[in-house]
Amino acid sequence: MSVQTQIPAGAAMTRSASAGGPPIKMVARDVKVYYGAKQALKGINLEIQENRVMALIGPSGCGKSTFLRCLNRMNDTIENCRVEGLIALDGEDVYGKNIDAVQLRARVGMVFQKPNPFPKSIYDNIAYGPRIHGMATHRDEVDEIVTKSLERAGLWNEVKDRLREPGTGLSGGQQQRLCIARAIAVSPEVILMDEPCSALDPIATAHIEELIDELRENYTIVIVTHNMQQAARVSQKTAFFHLGDMVECDDTEEIFTNPRDERTQGYITGRYG
Amino acid sequence: MQLTVLVLILALLTVIGFQMGRSRAAGSVGGRIVELHSVPSYHGFYVALWAGLPALLLFVLWNASEGWLVMQMTLAGLPDRLTQVNEQALNLLRADILNLAHGISTGRDSDPAVIAAAEQYARLRAIGSWSLLVIGTCVAMGGLLYARRQISPDLRARNRVERAVNIALVVCSLVAILTTVGIVLSLLFEAVRFFTVVSPIDFLFGLHWSPQTAIRADQVGSSGSFGAVPLFAGTMLITVIAMLVAVPVGLMAAIFMSEYANPNLRTWLKPILEILAGIPTVVYGFFAALTMAPFVRGVGQSLGLGVSSESALAAGIVMGVMIIPFVSSLSDDVINAVPQSLRDGSYGLGATKSETVRLVVLPAALPGIVAAIMLAVSRAIGETMIVVMAAGLTANLTANPLDAVTTVTTQIATLLVGDQEFDSPKTLSAFGLGLVLFVVTLTLNMVALRVVQKYREKYD
Repeated sequence: MSVQTQIPAGAAMTRSASAGGPPIKMVARDVKVYYGAKQALKGINLEIQENRVMALIGPSGCGKSTFLRCLNRMNDTIENCRVEGLIALDGEDVYGKNIDAVQLRARVGMVFQKPNPFPKSIYDNIAYGPRIHGMATHRDEVDEIVTKSLERAGLWNEVKDRLREPGTGLSGGQQQRLCIARAIAVSPEVILMDEPCSALDPIATAHIEELIDELRENYTIVIVTHNMQQAARVSQKTAFFHLGDMVECDDTEEIFTNPRDERTQGYITGRYG
Repeated sequence: MQLTVLVLILALLTVIGFQMGRSRAAGSVGGRIVELHSVPSYHGFYVALWAGLPALLLFVLWNASEGWLVMQMTLAGLPDRLTQVNEQALNLLRADILNLAHGISTGRDSDPAVIAAAEQYARLRAIGSWSLLVIGTCVAMGGLLYARRQISPDLRARNRVERAVNIALVVCSLVAILTTVGIVLSLLFEAVRFFTVVSPIDFLFGLHWSPQTAIRADQVGSSGSFGAVPLFAGTMLITVIAMLVAVPVGLMAAIFMSEYANPNLRTWLKPILEILAGIPTVVYGFFAALTMAPFVRGVGQSLGLGVSSESALAAGIVMGVMIIPFVSSLSDDVINAVPQSLRDGSYGLGATKSETVRLVVLPAALPGIVAAIMLAVSRAIGETMIVVMAAGLTANLTANPLDAVTTVTTQIATLLVGDQEFDSPKTLSAFGLGLVLFVVTLTLNMVALRVVQKYREKYD
């Protein structure tokens, strides 16, 4: 199914970036999600540009994490969760028949709210993905991927002398960067981050934010955050979610200086949420 | 009779004390409960405790000492020719007095002095129980009145009741600990008696087990030989077979239940598996002896192998089946305790379910699984009934699972069944075996607990 030819149902609120901007990496069309009988998302339309950081903001329970988890089908692991609508990666429906959720997740990686390193060594944490995907067979190749991933995640200098020690022994911020390095190691095209800094202190947060900005060169990033300063600092595009609706999506600067919808304005000025 | 009455009186006084304390506490502040330090029911419990506990304590001490005291008084009244004898004769005398006092014939004509003493004894006991009834009731009443007088709005009844409950909890846990200590000590003393007869070296490293000792000096061929190595080897062999059955099956079942089965299936599958743990081991024994052993033998014969009718293999397989629920239930709990975030992390990297289970979940759960297996091993080593019924009694030193072997527990059971002289090394050797068994399972359990503790620290 070709997505590009479809007319975006929610175009009214989405000032399309396709005019001259970077190519569209992922598209969501009328995405509805139900947990049992409860509807969590009420028809989301969104375009995610390549090599940009898209921030999803909104009050708790507005569905931003749910939407994020649709993008790499992590919702599949939740009982009685039903997804309707279309989500496409490079024009290909990710819920389509010829896409396997497992392969999709190798292309669309994920970093979670709480750092969740495996109870293995730092080295094995990074090497886990490449090994299961058969990306590296020789030790040298694995070594190289591990080194490169840790370097890109800005963790190499801190851990190069203790790669054999358990990843759970690192500090919270280091653990989260380890998780980012682990996601990078499988060379994903898109990285989804679900409030990656909410469990971290301000210094570790600053580290991660810097890292996100650097990663933008090679990856497309979607980040859910409760911290509006963070959204303003790291993202180029921001989408505001409210009660299962995507209210507004625009350049981050526009959203924060000149929001169109009064709900957005209310939220970013701190009147609620 | 007096005892029942006393218990009833105590129960009644306790209930009355509770009601009295509660209403008096409420009355002392004219119904304005908030002015009390403790709510009225604590005052009630306070009075009830004072009514019940001292009398109960008296009751216990009295019962513990009365028999001995009365016996001493009775013996003091007997002529010296009866009491100035050795310890054994004195014991016999005491038993005679007790029997006569309870109206049981001693089977021979008794000395009139002894009969008189028995009557004296019975009389003293009757007086004793009547006085216990009277004194106990008085103590209970006294406690009740004492506590009732104390009630005032400032009485810290809650704190005192809670302290009493606290002490009760400590006493209960002490009962469990002291019982264990008592069991260990009795085992230890008898084992030491055994080791004075048979050297521990011979016992632990001897290769020949044949505990039949001569009853008469002229008996032939039953000198008694207490080399326990064949028993240890037999136990090991059966345990290994049991674990070869239980660990793979139990672990796979646990993985299925915790990772693959949908919640509905799991809610009825797990209890069903745990029913296996509720089957009496005797029933497993039937199954092993009547079904499994002939089956193993039949299969062996059709393959041209000589299988004894009581084979280690049959007993081991059935024991393994018995242990499956231990392994599966404990492992299932451990696997469920692995945080979902680890699974999510693995799925988020594009791992499949089986990769996630094999490479992330199981390694994370491994210490707990190891602990579960160790507990299962100590259970297998200590298991008696299945091996008694299916493994046989011949102490073969063999590694062939098709032979009959015997285990430590089987030997203990057979050594102590029936009428036995309690000072022969044959009987005492059961305690030596028991001690070894105890030390081994204790060590295994301790190691398992240590592993579990280490595992707990991991995710916080």
